[in-house]
Amino acid sequence: MPIGKVWVFAESDEGKASTASLELLTKARELGDTVEAVLVDSSPDAIAPELGEHGAAKVYAADPGTSLTGVMGGAALAKLIEEHKPDLILFDQSYDGRDALARLSAKLDLPTLTNGSAIEVDGDSVTVATAIFGGNTIVKTTFSGPKPFLACLRPKSFAAEAGGGGAGEVVKVEGVDAGRAGEAQVTDHHVEEREGPKLEDAEVVVSGGRGLGSAENYEPLVEELAKLLKGASGASRAIVDAGWVPYAKQVGQTGKTVKPKVYIAIGISGATQHMVGMKGSDNIVAINKDAEAPIFSIADLGVVGDATKVVPKLIEALKAKGG
Amino acid sequence: MNVLVCVKQIPDPAVPGELDPETKTLKREGKLILDDSDAYGVEMSLQLAEKAGGGEVTLVSMAPNDEVSGLRTALAMGAAKAILVSDPELQGSDSLATAKVIAKAVERAGDVDLVVTATESTDGYTGTIPAQVAELLGWPSLTFAKHVEIGDGKVTIQRQTEAGYDMVEAPLPAVVSVTAGVVEPRYPSFKGIMAAKNKPVDNAKVADLGLSGDQVGWAGARQEIVSIEAAPERQAGEKIEDEGDAHERIVAFLEQLKVI
Repeated sequence: MPIGKVWVFAESDEGKASTASLELLTKARELGDTVEAVLVDSSPDAIAPELGEHGAAKVYAADPGTSLTGVMGGAALAKLIEEHKPDLILFDQSYDGRDALARLSAKLDLPTLTNGSAIEVDGDSVTVATAIFGGNTIVKTTFSGPKPFLACLRPKSFAAEAGGGGAGEVVKVEGVDAGRAGEAQVTDHHVEEREGPKLEDAEVVVSGGRGLGSAENYEPLVEELAKLLKGASGASRAIVDAGWVPYAKQVGQTGKTVKPKVYIAIGISGATQHMVGMKGSDNIVAINKDAEAPIFSIADLGVVGDATKVVPKLIEALKAKGG
Repeated sequence: MNVLVCVKQIPDPAVPGELDPETKTLKREGKLILDDSDAYGVEMSLQLAEKAGGGEVTLVSMAPNDEVSGLRTALAMGAAKAILVSDPELQGSDSLATAKVIAKAVERAGDVDLVVTATESTDGYTGTIPAQVAELLGWPSLTFAKHVEIGDGKVTIQRQTEAGYDMVEAPLPAVVSVTAGVVEPRYPSFKGIMAAKNKPVDNAKVADLGLSGDQVGWAGARQEIVSIEAAPERQAGEKIEDEGDAHERIVAFLEQLKVI
């Protein structure tokens, strides 16, 4: 039987459908005849219209209450799969997407393919492409077990485009029981203030690495430059591991994938771990002391120099232009 | 309080990785080291056990060829003992099979209050194993923690979100995955390194854990690698030396792209 029914585990972001969910729905339209979404959110009616416009004919919606979204997602999916028998389910490689995928795979004893950057359907076979070794090698893997196939794809792997569909029909899912897993309770949300655009959505991303010299240089060099360019600030794994900036800022294999119009790498040598998260940028500027740094092999403009000298002058020049 | 912490022993990430053309898996035959990502989990576990005023930190690792070098590093940091699952049958195992092995190892260890893992390994980075282990054990999972506290029979974390963080709590026993940078991993002392040599390592095979060969390794993975190819290369552009005026070149570049 060919792939007929494709589901997307959809997520919300600040009260709207997440960009990655819309990307996955857009791709799902190419892969199967029937596209539906499963959403775990307390206000599905606000999100379903956008999911519908991007291809979801139905939106199965479960309310997580105060339990974790991903945990309830796994339980809701397990319940729905039994009744509706999808062939393929797509997840975003996000915090909650991975939780839902992991819970579901263990519940139903199904294998997963993760970190995908492309997916193809050929008859009954589904192939997921994953970039490894910092993106220099592409491994393609097919599922050979029972359905549904569970695939987790990195954000920005596909473009999101509305498909002219109407608002998705919301089908409420009641009585989802996650057992002891549901005992993990969210007691409070903390929203960290963010100036400017989100890292994944920004046209300009300015990232810092070890070459900044010290944690104190991150704010006046990286954040200041990002602010001036109306962009977002990111980081290499090295300075996240060192505790200079939070994990949410990490760009790379184990962090975020960004594809801005301009990516400015400051004091980042270009470990393969980092490159896989940013090499899809339209234009790359790199500033690094080491002329042999791997980052220069993919930079459109490479500056061999001390970031702590070049960046302040750059900031001054931009301020002078702006003023 | 007894903490079990999952550690992966991986090829040195500083050395470019290679795939074995026969098995199409990552070559893991040289010396393996403790995954940096796991040093945070080990440190966090040691701190939590110390704060709780008692209990042990036990390591669990699944590795080829009875590899212990990464385990010795974590034992030198202060973990009491280790369970090492090494078995040729495990080659080709995917994340679910790995989670099955870890869940069985948790049962083998017995009397575990908390399982700590990294959010994802440096060489495999699926990021699914913590919640898979929790599901197999029937425990809550609190993933992507950037702060962890234990008290009154429950664990409370700050969970990383896109917008900031959520406070999440659950009764023990539970599984917690910690992000990098949450704590400063200690360097093993000389005394710690000497003591680690005599700490017990319990060697277990797949059969000892009550798993069958078709649940793990290639048989359990139920997936097939169909091709491995080089990705299209990105070309380098212009490279200049800074002689005090490189910022002007950057401004010109940004102007040309119309971002300023």
